[in-house]
Amino acid sequence: MIETLTRIPVAHYSNLKARAGYSIKIDDKEIALFKISNGEVYALENRSPHPKGGVLSEGLVSGEYVYCPVYDWKISLVDGRVQAPDEGQVRTFKVDREEDIIFIVL
Amino acid sequence: MKKLVMIGNGMAGVRTIEEILKVSPEPFEMTIFGQEPYPNYNRIKLSNILQGETNFDDIIINPLDWYQENQIQLFTGEAVVKIDVDAKRVISDQGREVDYDELIIATGSNSFILPIPGADKIGVTGFRDIKDCEMMIKSAEHHKKAVVIGGGLLGLEAARGLLNLGMKVDVVHLMPNLMERQLDPIASSLLKAELESQGMNFFMEKETVEILGDNRVRGLRFKDGSEVEADLVVMAIGIKSNIEVAKGSGIYVNRGIVVNDFMETSVPHVYAVGECAEHREIVYGLVAPLYEQGKVLANRICGTVAEPYHGSVAGTQLKVAGVDLFSAGEIFEDGSTKAIMVYNEYDGIYKRVLTRNNLIVGIVLYGDTKDSTKLYRMLTKKEDISGKAIFQTDCGTGDSSDIAPMPNDELICGCNGVTKGTIVEAIQTQGLTTLDQVSHCTNAGRSCGRCKPMVSSILAYTLGDQFDAAAAQKTSLCGCTTLSRDEVVAEIKAKGLTSVKEVMNVLDWNMSEGCTKCRPAINYYLGMVHMDQYKDDRDSRLVNEKIHANIQKDGTYSVVPRMYGGVTTAADLKRIAEVAEKYDVPLVKLTGGQRIGLFGVKKEDLPRMWEELDMPSGYAYGKTLRTVKTCVGAQFCRYGTQDSMALGIELEKKFERLDTPHKVKMGVSACPRNCSEAGIKDIGFVGIDGGWEIYVAGNGGVDLRPGDLLCTVKSQEEVMEMTGAYLQYYRETANYLERTSKWVDRVGLDHVREVLSNGETRKALNERMDQTLKKYIEPWNEAIQSEEIQDKYYAKHTIKVGE
Repeated sequence: MIETLTRIPVAHYSNLKARAGYSIKIDDKEIALFKISNGEVYALENRSPHPKGGVLSEGLVSGEYVYCPVYDWKISLVDGRVQAPDEGQVRTFKVDREEDIIFIVL
Repeated sequence: MKKLVMIGNGMAGVRTIEEILKVSPEPFEMTIFGQEPYPNYNRIKLSNILQGETNFDDIIINPLDWYQENQIQLFTGEAVVKIDVDAKRVISDQGREVDYDELIIATGSNSFILPIPGADKIGVTGFRDIKDCEMMIKSAEHHKKAVVIGGGLLGLEAARGLLNLGMKVDVVHLMPNLMERQLDPIASSLLKAELESQGMNFFMEKETVEILGDNRVRGLRFKDGSEVEADLVVMAIGIKSNIEVAKGSGIYVNRGIVVNDFMETSVPHVYAVGECAEHREIVYGLVAPLYEQGKVLANRICGTVAEPYHGSVAGTQLKVAGVDLFSAGEIFEDGSTKAIMVYNEYDGIYKRVLTRNNLIVGIVLYGDTKDSTKLYRMLTKKEDISGKAIFQTDCGTGDSSDIAPMPNDELICGCNGVTKGTIVEAIQTQGLTTLDQVSHCTNAGRSCGRCKPMVSSILAYTLGDQFDAAAAQKTSLCGCTTLSRDEVVAEIKAKGLTSVKEVMNVLDWNMSEGCTKCRPAINYYLGMVHMDQYKDDRDSRLVNEKIHANIQKDGTYSVVPRMYGGVTTAADLKRIAEVAEKYDVPLVKLTGGQRIGLFGVKKEDLPRMWEELDMPSGYAYGKTLRTVKTCVGAQFCRYGTQDSMALGIELEKKFERLDTPHKVKMGVSACPRNCSEAGIKDIGFVGIDGGWEIYVAGNGGVDLRPGDLLCTVKSQEEVMEMTGAYLQYYRETANYLERTSKWVDRVGLDHVREVLSNGETRKALNERMDQTLKKYIEPWNEAIQSEEIQDKYYAKHTIKVGE
């Protein structure tokens, strides 16, 4: 089977506010898009790996981390890793930027 | 969802639940029965309570909030009396029946009470739980003379506590040496001499045969016929596994409930853990092995592949009446052992290592235990000691020099299984600088606390010149700084800091944009200090206050409009009903604060619903004034002496939206029948003939506490003036997230009364309050008016691929 990578335009870079999370739904995938203070944009699956779940897009953003809004887990936006003392992994998506368009690579 | 039930709510059991929450791929529906009327507390610290060093709140490990957050149904003060293993159901002493798929028995143990005549007299107790502690503290108020039976660890801790309580204390011990299972005769005699100098009196090699007295104990008689007086007898001879419920339900028991290497009992889907469990004929009583068992059991229940439990070799690190002790392995010399000893009588230090064939087989340390981790490692790993230095050469003081040669896998916190490597890594990668932070990040030191000096040494060693001993000990705002709440507020004022970002920059935050503890706190403190001059930082608020709605567990939200004083109109009710229907709201419910909540609303629907409701936010989600609950009062009620609805509405209109350190609830009743339950509100008002009583610091939630009468005033104007001053004083002096009940307990009601008794002070407080209140605007309306806010906080961008 050939797997194809799909690039999906999701937002205008200039519209994104720093330290904010945006919830995006691509087909049935729920994705949280974050722009952080240094201007970088990251995309993660919009679901905390906490056993009871919860969304990430409304979490508090600090540097390269987001805190899950329901159970306060600290999660790296860069690689999706849950920080100690908790453990877990959030799926991350590659983000491309061409001029003002932000693409998510699926 | 699979149902998990646990009988027992103690340290081993709840730790198992914590492990399950950590590893379980899917959630369980959990129910816990605890016989004691408390959440899980740290039993190891009971002696500190008795010795007056700490209070009950400080030894709670899992507060009631924790159970709530993890959706664990907790029944306290309720024991399970029967397990129906065929129907897979437990039955409590209150007749409650709960089904289980998996059942954990964690019933712990009871004090062993000598089966001698008189053991049931008033004034005879074990030393095992809060109730025993309270009984001893109470006895000490009226009685002078205590006898402790048992010269082991528990007995000596109890004896020390009773001395602190001002009692005269005798200790009776059956054996010739104290703590003979942990100490050799030399260490034991050193300990006895030390305790005698502290005021304890010992009866060694005495067997108690009878407890004397009528109803209350009056003394004891020994086997040799001699007698000793006593008003209080504490039996601390040992523990007895609590196996009744298992035994009565057909589960195989011996001394404890017999389990295999996976903590499984003889009945499928029933497990036992902790002091009630017997594994390979051993019942463990120390916390480290019990936590190991908990981990194994959690993996078993969650179906995770992991190592079975092989039993534990325990090293015992103890502190008895101020003396540090450590003991592990063999205690007694035989022909095949060779001892290495250090005996410094002057400093009260004694160390003895027993060796056999170049291996360490036993360790006793008295007065100085900092070699314990190293020696214990050599014992358990069977390291050859030829040519190695066994003890530190000089009297090192536990400073950095001891840390460097320590291997990374050396266990520092035995209770929680935290190694030196884990601590060093946490300090380095997360920039930790205080003991508090290290405990928080790694769990080290969170149980018995004995390893804290070692953790502190590791901190000093890892940070080198950066280490600040004074700073390392205090309670900082959070892991991002070493500054305390008071220091941060003082710096904001002194340096005129005006934004969250500036506070973090100027005060050298180690995480440049802070965390979920400090960001909301600093945002609050800035607003408190600068009043209407501060622009709120919405992104420093947590989800509920940021979205102005309560997030629910499935990511939907709730909408609760303001209903001043719980008074509404038919027109408003119609509008709420129409909106609920139009947006297909799954749940419409009256809230606890006399208003209507719409639950299960999608985030993207919020602004439109608010617009159609056209009502102000009820702030049911905020650290602010929630509701003012009122009774009907003099307008309609024949008992009402005051107009409670009018006062309630005036209060709610004046103080709504105000930022406070934590949520604030009010209640107004028109007469002392108090239908609005004003006695359990942060501020409660009770109408009396010719005035109002003002109650403060009540709490009807986790920390149930009746309000205290602050004062009685004559008019509604005086009520408003006093309330404004009180609230403002709370805003200015409480820690962020400190409820008024905790705040008043901390600063003292008399202090608050004294501050508020000064008319000038009240006037100044009210002026600052009024200036602060000027800045607030209605947040739902603001969102409706602003596309930018809607896009940033409420929009959901849906994209369909291929279109």
